[in-house]
Amino acid sequence: MNILQISVFLENRAGQLAEITKLLADEGVDIRALSIAETADYGLARMIVSDAGKASSVLLHHGDILSMTPVYAVEVPDQPGGLAELLKLLADNNIDVEYMYSLFFHEKGKACMVLRISNEPLFLSVLGTNRVRIVGMEELGLK
Amino acid sequence: MPNYYQPEIETMPYEQLRELQNEKLLKQVRHVWDNVPYYRAKMEAKGVTPEDIQSIDDLHKLPFLSKADLRDAYPYGLLAKPLGDCVRIQSTSGTTGKRVVAFYTQHDIDLWEDCCARAIVAAGGTNEDVVHVSYGYGLFTGGPGLNGGSHKVGCLTLPMSSGNTDRQLQFMTDLGSTILCCTPSYAQYLAESIYEKGIRDQIKLKAGIFGAEAWSEDMRQDIQNKLGIKAYDIYGLTETSGPGVAFECCEQTGMHINEDHFIAEIIDPDTEEVLPLGSKGELVFTAIDKEAFPLLRYRTRDICVLSREKCSCGRTHVKMSKPMGRSDDMLIIRGVNVFPSQIETVLMQQGYPANYQIIVDRVNNTDTFEIMVEMMPAMFSDSLAKINEAEKALVAALKAMLGISAKVRLVAPKSITRSEGKAVRVIDKRKLY
Repeated sequence: MNILQISVFLENRAGQLAEITKLLADEGVDIRALSIAETADYGLARMIVSDAGKASSVLLHHGDILSMTPVYAVEVPDQPGGLAELLKLLADNNIDVEYMYSLFFHEKGKACMVLRISNEPLFLSVLGTNRVRIVGMEELGLK
Repeated sequence: MPNYYQPEIETMPYEQLRELQNEKLLKQVRHVWDNVPYYRAKMEAKGVTPEDIQSIDDLHKLPFLSKADLRDAYPYGLLAKPLGDCVRIQSTSGTTGKRVVAFYTQHDIDLWEDCCARAIVAAGGTNEDVVHVSYGYGLFTGGPGLNGGSHKVGCLTLPMSSGNTDRQLQFMTDLGSTILCCTPSYAQYLAESIYEKGIRDQIKLKAGIFGAEAWSEDMRQDIQNKLGIKAYDIYGLTETSGPGVAFECCEQTGMHINEDHFIAEIIDPDTEEVLPLGSKGELVFTAIDKEAFPLLRYRTRDICVLSREKCSCGRTHVKMSKPMGRSDDMLIIRGVNVFPSQIETVLMQQGYPANYQIIVDRVNNTDTFEIMVEMMPAMFSDSLAKINEAEKALVAALKAMLGISAKVRLVAPKSITRSEGKAVRVIDKRKLY
């Protein structure tokens, strides 16, 4: 049900991200979602890629530091208020979102958000009861 | 007009001084032999007995002591008096985290404070002076040493300790401090603050006694010009008591070593051979008067030159140059001794790779201290908060080990250069020597 996210440590120097994206391009790995978090000294790139296994092996081989984390891709209506509704639902149920970013989703009228939350069982049950759809790896064409 | 605190000792003719040293040395060797099994074993290993030491000429027969011995003998192994006779400890950091603990009897405190009093008087101090001590107080010897010396001279003593510059300046102006004691980098910082605030005319300072870290002649000129005072160097180390082992006189061409308490030698740090007077080498001290913690032939690791040229101040005690470097990798950062091996220990304990780089610089007269640490898989997470937590834990562990704060910078794995297998651990951008 969840999808795999790859996080990569980025040293604070020019060209780091260019190197990583080039490596993935050379392996034919598609980056479907990307979010960058940064501090004054270093950064962190979180990615959803078409082939997590291939991506991780090429990055590890390159000497990068990675972490693989299960996250959820949640479908929201592509319209004003679509995300607000989902977040209100989570807030009403006291579910913390640790971070979130959007994912390319090719279905018209629909958008997709990647979420990392702390209380997974509660999250799943709240989404289930409220008929919010979680999108899986297969549907997103991810390996 | 030169001033002395103990004129009969400070200007004692050399021959007489040497007689005094001989007499004290013989007594001290016997005291250590009888009371310090650790050193006695070292002597026995070298086949030396107290009978072999008949004068200073025999000093070279005695084994050396080093920081490693202090660590091995921690805490009581080099103690030569019952604890009941001791009244104080002071401490400094050791090479691998174990601190160096030095013990003092009241006699030891008195001779240490006498040394500091000599330094204050040499800097022009009298009982009319207000001595402003901005060295740290506590385990660090800077504050307590100069504080005690100031009392002995009868000066009004302001135990300011370090930090809180606004308060320092307020007391300096309101109470008319005349002699400032602190690290040279803090003196420079204070000088700058005084200059910026335009309050030089409200400051009554006439002299400063600065030590606990290396400082260049340029830095002296800068402080003297900014404050319009004379800036005197003072030298010492916790192992031999603290500041005051040597101090500068009005001539400002080296520091007189208090030879009635300490015998100085210069050795080749590699061969350990004693070098003739005037050679550049590692300074070695033998404490001939201390009771509780009498180190014989202690290797300071400071590189300098000794000179017996006649001094215009009238003092007869040998002069040491400003330290010109170290024969080990110890750094002095903000007055605190830091060994790269301590950092290595913390990194290993915290699960980081021992590949790191220390970058020390001096910005606005304050030492900056940054440690580049390679990120590793176990520390990495998709959450910045978690990485931050690990980083904070590392910073706290480093602070606990070193006693000062370091900034940690996480870098990519294997990004710290390893040149021909030997990594460059320290980049010191300060111009100290």
